[in-house]
Amino acid sequence: MTPGPAGKGPAIEVSDLVKRFHADGPTALDHVMTAMAHGRITGLVGPDGAGKTTLLRTLAGLLRPTSGSVRILGLDPFTQGDLLRDQIGYMPQKFGLYEDLTVLENLTLYADLRNVTGAERQRSFEKMLAFTNLEPFTGRFAAKLSGGMKQKLGLACSLLGTPRVLLLDEPGVGVDPISRRELWRMVRELAQGGMTVVWSTAYLDEAELCDDVRLMNQGQVMASGPPQTLLGQMRGRCFHLVNIAGHRRDVLQRALRAPEVMDGVIQGANVRLVLREAGQRPDLAQLEAGPGAAMVEVAPHLEDAFISLLGGGPGGDSALAEFMPQVELDPRIDPRAVIEARQLTKRFGEFAATDDVSFKVAKGEVFGLLGPNGAGKSTTFKMECGLLKPSEGQALVMGIDLKSSPSEARQRLGYMAQKFSLYAQLTVRKNLVFFSGVYGLEGELQQVKIQEMVEAFALAPFMDTLTGELPLGFKQRLALACAVMHEPQVIFLDEPTSGVDPVTRREFWTHINGLAQKGVTVMVTTHFMDEAEYCDRIGLVYRGKLIALGTPDELKQGVATPEHPNPTMEDAFIELVTEADR
Amino acid sequence: MKKLNPRRLWALCRKESYQIVRDPSSILVAFILPVILLFVMGYAINLDADHMRIGLLREDPGPAAVRLEQTLRASRYFEVHAGTSRDGLVTRMAHGEIRGIVIVKGDFTSKLKQGHGDAAIQVLTDGAEPNTAAFIAAYARGAFDTWQQGLAADLGAHPSPALDLRLRTWFNPSNVSRNFLVPGSIAVVMTIIGALLTSLVVAREWERGTMEALLATPVTKAELLMSKIIPYYILGMLAMVLCLGVSVFLMGVPFRGSLAALFGLSTLFLGCALGMGLFLSTVLRSQFNAALAALTSAFLPALMLSGFVFEIDSMPKILQFLTRIIPARYFASSLQTLFQAGTVGALLWVNALGLGLLMLFWLGLTAWKTRRTLD
Repeated sequence: MTPGPAGKGPAIEVSDLVKRFHADGPTALDHVMTAMAHGRITGLVGPDGAGKTTLLRTLAGLLRPTSGSVRILGLDPFTQGDLLRDQIGYMPQKFGLYEDLTVLENLTLYADLRNVTGAERQRSFEKMLAFTNLEPFTGRFAAKLSGGMKQKLGLACSLLGTPRVLLLDEPGVGVDPISRRELWRMVRELAQGGMTVVWSTAYLDEAELCDDVRLMNQGQVMASGPPQTLLGQMRGRCFHLVNIAGHRRDVLQRALRAPEVMDGVIQGANVRLVLREAGQRPDLAQLEAGPGAAMVEVAPHLEDAFISLLGGGPGGDSALAEFMPQVELDPRIDPRAVIEARQLTKRFGEFAATDDVSFKVAKGEVFGLLGPNGAGKSTTFKMECGLLKPSEGQALVMGIDLKSSPSEARQRLGYMAQKFSLYAQLTVRKNLVFFSGVYGLEGELQQVKIQEMVEAFALAPFMDTLTGELPLGFKQRLALACAVMHEPQVIFLDEPTSGVDPVTRREFWTHINGLAQKGVTVMVTTHFMDEAEYCDRIGLVYRGKLIALGTPDELKQGVATPEHPNPTMEDAFIELVTEADR
Repeated sequence: MKKLNPRRLWALCRKESYQIVRDPSSILVAFILPVILLFVMGYAINLDADHMRIGLLREDPGPAAVRLEQTLRASRYFEVHAGTSRDGLVTRMAHGEIRGIVIVKGDFTSKLKQGHGDAAIQVLTDGAEPNTAAFIAAYARGAFDTWQQGLAADLGAHPSPALDLRLRTWFNPSNVSRNFLVPGSIAVVMTIIGALLTSLVVAREWERGTMEALLATPVTKAELLMSKIIPYYILGMLAMVLCLGVSVFLMGVPFRGSLAALFGLSTLFLGCALGMGLFLSTVLRSQFNAALAALTSAFLPALMLSGFVFEIDSMPKILQFLTRIIPARYFASSLQTLFQAGTVGALLWVNALGLGLLMLFWLGLTAWKTRRTLD
């Protein structure tokens, strides 16, 4: 038997697929039923743990289905893998190439393994190298490539032998927006040539670029269809509240209390609202948005559709903020500079990871640091919260230099690390007790504080669960709880929402907004472009330097041109980075 | 196992070789570590007693006693420190400065002249180190015999001992312990190279995510396994040649057997060690765990149960039985035979059989545990 011809029926057929890794373990894939057409890019979209990787691995023949079946080009990838492997290109999530081999050696290895030889090999190498712009780097070790170049090399290796089906597991992760656009251009070209592409992603904005989308959550496909169809259901339900007088964070909170509003976020100077039903608008007067405020319909995003499918956003009131006292700063502290960087520089040998960065963050402000991986945002961030010593310059929190008295400052700041940094082998309760103890809470106060956190984050059912076994969203919630239990006046959040589902993401931002309303100063890093819009001000870090600083609207306006009057945050980002490279 | 595509196998072997050559730690383990270990084991672990420090208290100034002292001093086994009082010497022994005391009493000459045969020397030894104590007692007795014969010869009389015991040590006539320690330590070194290096290689592919990408290509299970075995087999054999060269040319250990037998036995042994390392790496999928497991399950038994330092015959029965599943036991014994005795067919065939069976066991287990899926 040979793989079926193109164009007849779907390229990929998944019917009633169930995957459990242990007989009584959780269901990674829960009766998945879907089909993917020839020559199209199908996006698998969902948060971490949704089952995207498990589905892709099953398609690649690397996992045996617990029940149900998978057919690619009419063949079963698990039992008939020998016939299919030449036809499938698979790019795993982790960079699957050899870092101690050069670009050309990696290509040669995969050409040999995929039976691409002779003249054909020469042709495909030339094609691939031109396609990926890796020609000047053939002699470079893969370890020395940038994140974007690595992904392109991975793509090139999985394309050798011209497979008919290409499976890409989160190729956009760890890649800066410029390389991401390039990857998309390349994959688009392949699909136009007839290749069937499956692209998994956690970014909903990325999914809008696909021909067809499968929204996944907790092992199930929640919705299928072209993005336009999914977005169509949301038409007439998305609005910008413009010309707001007063603070937009308060307006958002009031808007989310209105029964007509399903979801809402801050969007630069505006508030973006999604209605439960088209036509049923909230009463503007009740939002107290000022006399000039108006609702302007805007284009829906895939994220709106996803949140709608998940039953709507979490509401605008942060249970956490209710337990936090209003921040009263020491009168000696300048409220315009609760966090301050003065010519902050960090050198690792010759390399300046952070180079002469200066900014001030005011009391109650949400300040975002944005930048591609490796740009230096984490280094800057870590110096600001006292985890790294600056080589030059000063990092100050509430006027205290973190170099001279880090522990005094640390008592007043909360920190949530990017990597999960709680004790996986302790229960939720023990982690809460431990971290509150570390910050000096004891006795009744400690008990009260723990109880508050349990309520604010709905942790009660998990108190005796081992932290390592929590679902990702609850891990992140617990991490935030541990960072704020001592009622800090300043909090640092390093990519707090990376990988979680959109509703949990909303919930996090509700907490962040609530804390800011209480006067807590927030510094946050993110690689989600839309999250940058939720911040009061953002700093764009690139190659160790702060290349832009301002409100999201200022940054967007800064790159607007007559041809392109309404650039998105991503457009602004790409333009500013390109400018910096010139 | 099906289909071994030579081009794919060659591509994988070449990839593996690049990784070996570019990873300084594999070169360190394969070529630097063996030399260091051979020298450490060949010179630092010395089971021969030489120049043992003893105290001598000679209270008798007579010529017979003086002659006894000269005999002791002339022995290469002793380094004699003369003392003036019994207490002083006992203190020095307690401090570990000397390992034994020989006392020649003041009435030694007079008792000797009386001829009742009750003239005595006293030998005190430090029981804290039983080996050394036994050596001192034995060598002191030997020195005493030498002295007595010399005395008798002087007197013209021939005491004609009832027995004349002549000891000959065969195969290692000079009784240099290095000559059997070095071949034994080659077995230990080869265990390290074989098991430790390979314990890392499959786990590394899992950790770095390269295995997932490999499995999605048409590569077969047999190719995967062979591509791990062949390069490390060659590396192991190169290290074997290095060990042989260092032993024979730098350390002066004689090699009396045939090179062909050495080649064959080394191949079988490397098969065992590589199989064991690959098995651990395949099952544990973590470099750290696999390396720890390789050290405890391959290196330590090779050191303690191979008979390279501790004689298997003097072990409790159950341990003796256990040594039969330790590949290093057969290899150490083969190497000691090849170096010291030559090609002794009967013994080597038995060892080859043991190694062959163990090799089949480990490689078979690895093949059985190697999966083409991620489950």
